[in-house]
Amino acid sequence: MPGLSTSLKDNPRLDRWLRFQDDRTVRIATGKVELGQGILTALAQIAAEELDLNIDQVRMMSGNSIEGPGEGYTASSWSIEHSGAAIRLVAAEVRAMATIRAALRLNAAPGELAIAAGEFLKNGAPTGLDYWRLASELDLSAEATGMVSPKPASAHRIVGASVPRLDLPAKLTGSGFIQDMILPGMLHARTLRQPGRGAVLAALDEDAVRRSAGGDIRVVRVDNFVAFVGTDETVVRAAAVAAAGRAVWDNARTLRAEQATPDWIAAQPSHDSTIGDPLPETLPRSVSVRFTRPFLSHGSIAPSCAVALFRDGTLTVWSHAQGMHPLRANIAKTVGLPLEKVACHHVQSAGCYGHNGADDAALDAALVALALPDQPVRLCWRREEEFGYEPLSSAMAVTVHAALDEAGRPADWTTEIWSAAHGQRPGVGGAYLLAADALETPPPERKPFDIPEERGGGATRNGMPLYDIPARRIDFHLVHDAPVRTSSLRGLGATLNVFAIEGLFDELAERAGEDPLAYRLAILSDPRGRKVLERVAAMANWSGRGEAGSGRGMGLGFARYKNSSAYAAVIAAVEVDETVRVTDIWCAVDAGLVINPDGVVNQVEGNIVQAISWALIEEVRFGDAGVSSVDWESYPVIRFTDIPEISVELVDAREHPALGVGECAGGPAAAAIGNAVAHALGVRIRDMPMTRERIVAALMA
Amino acid sequence: MNEPLTLTVNGRECQVDAPPTTPLLDVLRNHLGLKGSRYGCGLEQCGACMVLVDGVATHSCSREAGTLGRRSIMTVESLGSPEALHPLQQAFIDEQAGQCGYCLSGMLMAAKALLDRNPDPTRAEVAVALDPNLCRCGSHPRILRAVLRAAAIMRRVADART
Repeated sequence: MPGLSTSLKDNPRLDRWLRFQDDRTVRIATGKVELGQGILTALAQIAAEELDLNIDQVRMMSGNSIEGPGEGYTASSWSIEHSGAAIRLVAAEVRAMATIRAALRLNAAPGELAIAAGEFLKNGAPTGLDYWRLASELDLSAEATGMVSPKPASAHRIVGASVPRLDLPAKLTGSGFIQDMILPGMLHARTLRQPGRGAVLAALDEDAVRRSAGGDIRVVRVDNFVAFVGTDETVVRAAAVAAAGRAVWDNARTLRAEQATPDWIAAQPSHDSTIGDPLPETLPRSVSVRFTRPFLSHGSIAPSCAVALFRDGTLTVWSHAQGMHPLRANIAKTVGLPLEKVACHHVQSAGCYGHNGADDAALDAALVALALPDQPVRLCWRREEEFGYEPLSSAMAVTVHAALDEAGRPADWTTEIWSAAHGQRPGVGGAYLLAADALETPPPERKPFDIPEERGGGATRNGMPLYDIPARRIDFHLVHDAPVRTSSLRGLGATLNVFAIEGLFDELAERAGEDPLAYRLAILSDPRGRKVLERVAAMANWSGRGEAGSGRGMGLGFARYKNSSAYAAVIAAVEVDETVRVTDIWCAVDAGLVINPDGVVNQVEGNIVQAISWALIEEVRFGDAGVSSVDWESYPVIRFTDIPEISVELVDAREHPALGVGECAGGPAAAAIGNAVAHALGVRIRDMPMTRERIVAALMA
Repeated sequence: MNEPLTLTVNGRECQVDAPPTTPLLDVLRNHLGLKGSRYGCGLEQCGACMVLVDGVATHSCSREAGTLGRRSIMTVESLGSPEALHPLQQAFIDEQAGQCGYCLSGMLMAAKALLDRNPDPTRAEVAVALDPNLCRCGSHPRILRAVLRAAAIMRRVADART
């Protein structure tokens, strides 16, 4: 019998997940939210499959902190593994309950009945009974037992089909986002951001701000939190733009350019720990190679936005953050309201790819709404605010140390990591919402914390190579005193860890005089890992790879995300002169049972495109006044003319459980590009991004 | 008090009570209730706000509405509705060309401007035309395919009419 997933243990009542509605639909609730990854379509497929409904008979309710299940944050590619597993079991259990009731009514054995589009059939003929006629007889307040087996994969007809995204038609015809919300009497708001914890607003020339605004505004000030509010968004935005130059702050944060570098981060005091096999007394290091990457921005296309209303003592917040139950708890705690007086509802926005400004904008809107009861407030961040104040993905340095056996294969492996934390979502490890810093009594300073390895790791994610190495460990230096807030960006530490591990593997293969694919296969016993490597090699015609140093190169990258989720093997083909042009990417993925194949391919393609951008272009910069890369000119990302041909294939592994897939290809893609550049040039660039300057420097060295 | 602005939006003449310096995007979204054009940066750098001005793909986020006179402004709302999709919108659905979807209004308008002047573009020509438009989800390969698919369908429809 299947066990109960974490999500179901936390939310055991069936009606928390599933309700029959009067319009002959079934409402499926999830705590996971749509970020553009297609999760609501996939979860609807799972429910429709187990209940034998048509997909259009399922209505998804997502991220409702009052009625829906609490499932933490929509993060770490857990949604299918956690929420999907819960919905599958709940739907199977409700189906079984309903079938027993129908069988009693029809004087039939449950095994004689089938269900189609929610109607019970006997010997293929309609019985006049359906879920909705039986609904009043089903006790959905009961708790899930986990005693009903879901359908076997061989019986699936909707799971495994490329059902089109349910949300796309609206988004192609001009609607579908939180930014579009209108409530009666709604006010617009923008903030004046506190330049760092401890900064105190000494003076604000409100008259000058009002003159620049060109219309009526109100200034809401709560300690060092300041917002401009009014009915005209244009005026309110102008006020916020003007305010930056009309405010005098004491104790404002200052940053220095060098603090944005991995070398600076790696030189800071750290909290050190070792994961895996103990360090040998004498470290047999025959090869040690260092790789780095800079701070990265999430770069959401939409600055964060939230709507809030405080009425009759209840604060309601609409937000695009990644978890409405955590947001509810965090806002209640920050503003001092009891939990039952705060409600948070998810509304979609642009993709976030991790912990960006969404949660913080929700608190901002809440603070303004509390100051202006009975008036709905729509608060949007400005573009430079999103780039300047969202949590960044930490710069990192990774030195991989390998001691080799006589055959040139690694006998002892250490991945040594220097990084600030990658897991600082509000409410986790003492982290909190941004504007809490501006209030009279700020929360205590965060303690050193990152996501522990048993929960997938933060900076250490995928730091442990999957290959057969007799002794393996991660030597982790967690840097606490990063000059900016850092948190989760898609892939977390895996991007650089995989780039480094796979980079060194290519170097070791070269030392051993072996082909990089053959070298990996020789020390990889995991059959699913071998299969994706072999598949991608066939897709890319790896055996025709050609000689190194010709200016054209092909490289390979491989990982199993978190060493527990989907497998991805990637081959990149590049042309390098003074810059890198990625011409082709091939990728093979094993995600176990696939709910929506096209949805998975879409996610993997997107992850690959982002990884190209990380590997070649992206880098956050600091200046005196804070983050200085605050627009798309100073923080460029990949564009259409740089997009290669991308080919993704899914390995059929439906006998295995469904695995999270949205982050599996980023590290392998970055690694494949790194290895392809090394193959093209004959020298390796170990620092991301692989810019023109670094290529020229490598060629001159 | 300002004279009301007169704009021609989606083929309709509209009177808007807003200063002429108001960004066109704010006029569209907040005065005319056309929420399809999106705020991304306010700096003409991302393309989420793109509309057509006399058929040319144009950023609306910092373009002052008072500079537009009687020029024709077309937004994504003019393309089609969920019940009656434009071939471009249908092609984006057929290719599942989108993830979060926030950039798509601008993509559709930039693609419309391209296909109106070049009904048979190559993949490279589509890429150049869409280069000012950022997509952060990495849906680019699908968007390129969708625009080429729409072009082929629109050419067939045009051929059938002649």
